[in-house]
Amino acid sequence: MKFEQARWITDEDRYEPLLAEKRSKTVSVDADDAGLPDELTRDELTLPSVSEPELARHYTRLSEMTYGIENGPFPLGSCTMKYNPSFTEDVAALAAGQVHPDRPAESIQGTLGVLYGLQEYLGRIGGMDAVTLQPPAGAAGEFAGILVAKAYHEANGDDRTEVVVPDSAHGTNFATGALAGFDVVTLPSGSDGRVDCEALENAVGDDTAALMLTNPNTLGLFERDITEIADIVHDAGGLLYYDGANLNALLGRVRPGDMGFDVMHYNVHKTFATPHGGGGPGAGPVGVVDDLAEFLPEPRVGKTDEGYELFAPESSIGKVHGYHGNWLVLVKAYAYIARLGDAGLTDASAKAVLNANYLASQIEYDVPFAPFHHEFVASADADAADVAKRMLDFGVHPPTTKWPEAVEEALMAEPTEIETKRSLDQLAEAFNAVANESEATIEDAPNRTAVQRIDQATAARNPRLSWQALEFDAE
Amino acid sequence: MLAAIGADTEAELFDIPDDVLFDGEFDIPKRSERAVLAETTAQLEMNDSVTEFLGRGHYDHYVPSWVDHVADRSEFLTSYTQYQPEIAQGFLQALFEYQSMLVELTGLPVANCSMYDAATALGEAATLSSRLRGITGTTVLVPELLASGRRAVLENYVAGTELSVETYPMDDGVAATAAVAERCASDVAMVYAESPTVRGTIDPGLSELSSIADEHSAVFCLGTDIVALGLLESPAAVGADIVVGEAGSLGIGASYGMGLGLFACREEYLRQIPGRLVGASTDETGRRAFTLTLQTREQHIRRERATSNICTNQAWVALRTAMTVADLGPDGLLELASESVRSASTLAARIDAIDGYTAPVHDRHHFREFVVRTESSAATVQEELLAEGIAVHAIDEHLLELCTTETNADERDRLVATLEELA
Repeated sequence: MKFEQARWITDEDRYEPLLAEKRSKTVSVDADDAGLPDELTRDELTLPSVSEPELARHYTRLSEMTYGIENGPFPLGSCTMKYNPSFTEDVAALAAGQVHPDRPAESIQGTLGVLYGLQEYLGRIGGMDAVTLQPPAGAAGEFAGILVAKAYHEANGDDRTEVVVPDSAHGTNFATGALAGFDVVTLPSGSDGRVDCEALENAVGDDTAALMLTNPNTLGLFERDITEIADIVHDAGGLLYYDGANLNALLGRVRPGDMGFDVMHYNVHKTFATPHGGGGPGAGPVGVVDDLAEFLPEPRVGKTDEGYELFAPESSIGKVHGYHGNWLVLVKAYAYIARLGDAGLTDASAKAVLNANYLASQIEYDVPFAPFHHEFVASADADAADVAKRMLDFGVHPPTTKWPEAVEEALMAEPTEIETKRSLDQLAEAFNAVANESEATIEDAPNRTAVQRIDQATAARNPRLSWQALEFDAE
Repeated sequence: MLAAIGADTEAELFDIPDDVLFDGEFDIPKRSERAVLAETTAQLEMNDSVTEFLGRGHYDHYVPSWVDHVADRSEFLTSYTQYQPEIAQGFLQALFEYQSMLVELTGLPVANCSMYDAATALGEAATLSSRLRGITGTTVLVPELLASGRRAVLENYVAGTELSVETYPMDDGVAATAAVAERCASDVAMVYAESPTVRGTIDPGLSELSSIADEHSAVFCLGTDIVALGLLESPAAVGADIVVGEAGSLGIGASYGMGLGLFACREEYLRQIPGRLVGASTDETGRRAFTLTLQTREQHIRRERATSNICTNQAWVALRTAMTVADLGPDGLLELASESVRSASTLAARIDAIDGYTAPVHDRHHFREFVVRTESSAATVQEELLAEGIAVHAIDEHLLELCTTETNADERDRLVATLEELA
């Protein structure tokens, strides 16, 4: 497989020009024209002024200089980059679904029906009793879930100040604990890469509000002691929080609720195939067991004899989004789950785990921790960041690098269920080609991407964050 | 593949204790693509076909068709966060251009490449104020009249900090500057004001509010929206330190409340701000190239000491909004914003001419929306309008709020005629 990413070059200084370089225009503002006094309006306004055909070309060129899931393999560990079925876009685009968030419930029974259906599906998939769809991203789901845990303890007259997070966890877990006002206790992993129950015993106590756990963890390992872990946390009076980032490993095989988790978030942009959109939007619904349902964000969607309703749970934590979350994402997740059904979801996980195991078996790098599931972490024998840059030249997106820290020069790979044997072999070839290349070649990469290696240090030392901070002449 | 791994079955690859295995069913039937489309179409068509005159912080504007088509290109829609900038140059440039447009519109030198929505952007602004050197206060002053979702989200963002939220009164629909001046003291960390406000009024006292905040070493945070920025006095010119608000109205319209939080601020705050930032640098050929930068503020590096927990953001919505703003250009955005003032004023006057209604209730200039006093019960009028296929807000016993944009312009006559019949 040969790969050359499209590359538009204007001159020795620039690739595709900025919109402001194409044509900018300044107009003076006539306050009278708007019927406002001068002091309420700006004097002038400068923005790009570019024709529609030129805009369409500009953005098409930018898209050509961007690698998506339809360009090739995307085994980015912890990110679950699976194919996003196109028909879900058609469902999201249905005009009947484009309603204002303040519409009364009785006039949007269709919208609420879809959301209720998704709440139900997610509840069954996670083994949870109640679900909110409001959080607009995984981190927002964590925030909602941890606030629910806090409210639960407070309602019991229980002042708990700590959230415990394993050292291998996603950065968001630590940041969420802090945002919610907790002291974050980092739990060192055992030498096998899993939670060390003895260390956990020592870490939890009267101050423990919750343990935030990812299972399988970021090494792809299933926390086999999960029942004991749940007992330790519950015996200390704490709650068990499930980070749904790796749920794609477990669909239909084991459910967080059955493992003893009390509260969880789902990353629908990972597990349920909604597109990542270059960084977002996602959605991070939260599921809880019965005892926590009264604390969920308001409003939730309920069903009565008369139809669907919006209601505020009795002791709701309030809101984590101004309205109802990311509707366009949620409706795509509903469509995906409905398309796959029980068997399809279970099969997706089985194939995701099979693919990760097959890929790992075909690469020359050492994979120190096993048995892994939907993802594995290989150890590069060179700088993992350089290895990733060189892999770009082979027409594949590289794995996540340098994390988790338990593996030296980590390459964290998650091929997902979508890859065929042929594309996994292409991926393995890329890994192995780089493994056998000289340091000089690797450090010189990438060369076949739209731009060559970017100077990160200068970007951070001298931040230029807008075209106003650049010097250029318009065309 | 199993043979290469050395396994006999897929099930063998799972290292899961038997006692937690799930042996039930989700009871989710598998459907064909056609069936799911048919089912969701039928389900969503159960929504009443209603013309919305709704706003209060969330607005519906027309998005050009080419934006739908080009933003849906799979490279944009299905790519990941740009942690490998060499292969994501196009999206990075689009986000850099989005940041630049916000810099132009706000007059502030720094804009991030998205928060979830206006409410969470406000929450992040408050926690930012608590991290700033020189800010010792712990009170966030917010207007008495504020969209309930924004207030509720703000309360949750400050719950884990030393901050607490307190309201100041309004004077005829805008901030009562005298009351703010009286209340403001060294215990205040941030003064938040909106223009346009949740009632559509344009606040003429922003510079004064900024001076008051300044006198007490508090941050002045202005809430606004991307259309209004095209016409109203620039936030930098009125002394705003942080600007938050809704930008999704020019990217995804109503979308049941899905948003795009805009966030801009002064240069001094740069290393304390939340969210991703795209910066310009060069590549090895010496050409300008873009990359995510100052990531040491973020959760994946700084963990519990990060400036925010945000990871996934609203990048694709920011792309769509940048496309729409570029499509409008300065003339188009200015015209859209000017029309938002004129049409609110014209519609209010027409309703005011009907016996039984007074509009606008506030003697202020309005942007896109305004409040109407009703002689009869506002809730009843709202219900009767809904029965005629028109949605409006009832915000108090005798107060309605109506919002008008180009997307409901053709229905204004019908709204006025229906109100006349109901009077």
